[in-house]
Amino acid sequence: MMNCEQDIIYLMHKYLDEALTDEEQRILSNHLQKCEGCQKRFHELKRTDTLIADKSGVTAPASFTDSVMSQLPEEKKRAPWLGWFRHHPLVSAAAVFMLLMISGIFSAWNQDQQVTVSKQEGVVIEDGTVVVPEDVTVEGDLVVRNGDLKIEGHIDGDVTLINGRFLDGDTTGTVPEGENLQAYVSGELNYVNQVFEWVWYHMKNFAGEVFSIQEKESPE
Amino acid sequence: METIIAERIKEVKKGNTQAFEDVVSFYQNKVYFICFRMVGNKQEAEDLAQEAFIRAFTNLESFDERRKFSTWLYRIATNLTIDRIRKKKPDYYIDAEIKGTEGLDMHDQLATDEALPEEQVENLELRGYIQTEITALPPKYRSVIVLRFLEELSLQEISEVLDMPVGTVKTRIHRGREILRKKLRHV
Repeated sequence: MMNCEQDIIYLMHKYLDEALTDEEQRILSNHLQKCEGCQKRFHELKRTDTLIADKSGVTAPASFTDSVMSQLPEEKKRAPWLGWFRHHPLVSAAAVFMLLMISGIFSAWNQDQQVTVSKQEGVVIEDGTVVVPEDVTVEGDLVVRNGDLKIEGHIDGDVTLINGRFLDGDTTGTVPEGENLQAYVSGELNYVNQVFEWVWYHMKNFAGEVFSIQEKESPE
Repeated sequence: METIIAERIKEVKKGNTQAFEDVVSFYQNKVYFICFRMVGNKQEAEDLAQEAFIRAFTNLESFDERRKFSTWLYRIATNLTIDRIRKKKPDYYIDAEIKGTEGLDMHDQLATDEALPEEQVENLELRGYIQTEITALPPKYRSVIVLRFLEELSLQEISEVLDMPVGTVKTRIHRGREILRKKLRHV
């Protein structure tokens, strides 16, 4: 074969790619007329294409479509709005932002509703009720938010109830008289009693509502 | 046909799963052909082709309707098949390009014209023999050759399916065709 082989072979492939220009077509056929080696090669290449282009016998089995259809995942319903999000990225981002903000406010509100106690030692919280167990003495002031208070032990100091009620040891929902409290709160009894009364007064007015008391009671 | 398929795809996107049936039956032979030519095994080809359609269905949202569905579908099928081949086959091929050379492979290092024993050729059924030789191609040549002979695909479309420049597609078709020419000349 001759020197120009590489170029000619390239043209053969280009011919098979159906990409020959008229000029190239002319060069190729001129060369093929005088070069037997290239003729043979060209013939082989064309035949190769014919052989590998033959698709007979390569077909999907008859059950193919049914088989695919039976394997498809069930629902496809979410698709439309997913597509909408994809095409409106800015609106989607704003919506996500709003969602996060609203859920943030909501969880802050929820947190505000949770029972909190100013002193944790020895105090038990169960079902929204703060219990000072019998053998426990709370030193200092006690502030309870959003929960009921039940005193079985002792408190040395003021008691402030915010959005909650005082529960008697046996009867729930009633505020005991001063005398009843003597059994529970040692020392600062009067003092404590005053606070209970004060809280009860507010309870009646704002029952069921969220409110806070900043004010500190002072001795009569 | 393209417009009917486009309509069906819109319906599927809207939630009508049954509309996908027409899509499958229209493309099943082409997708199966790609898979079979690539792996050379009927059962495996069927599994891969089914998987390709299922993936197309589940990812239909990411299909851009302004483009050609067939190109997108073939891409899924070839990628799946190439992945499968990579997982199970060693990464050494006699047809692999030698590093640092363009288009030069181990065949060029061997005596090229060694004839296959005639009886061996006769024993093999022609189609099976062609298939064997195509499957013996390194995957990078195999995929372009297979897509080239799927018909109706232009070089431009092949380059889209395989995500490579048209120039690379051409070179690989030429290389693959030369390799096959050497293998099939005695048939």
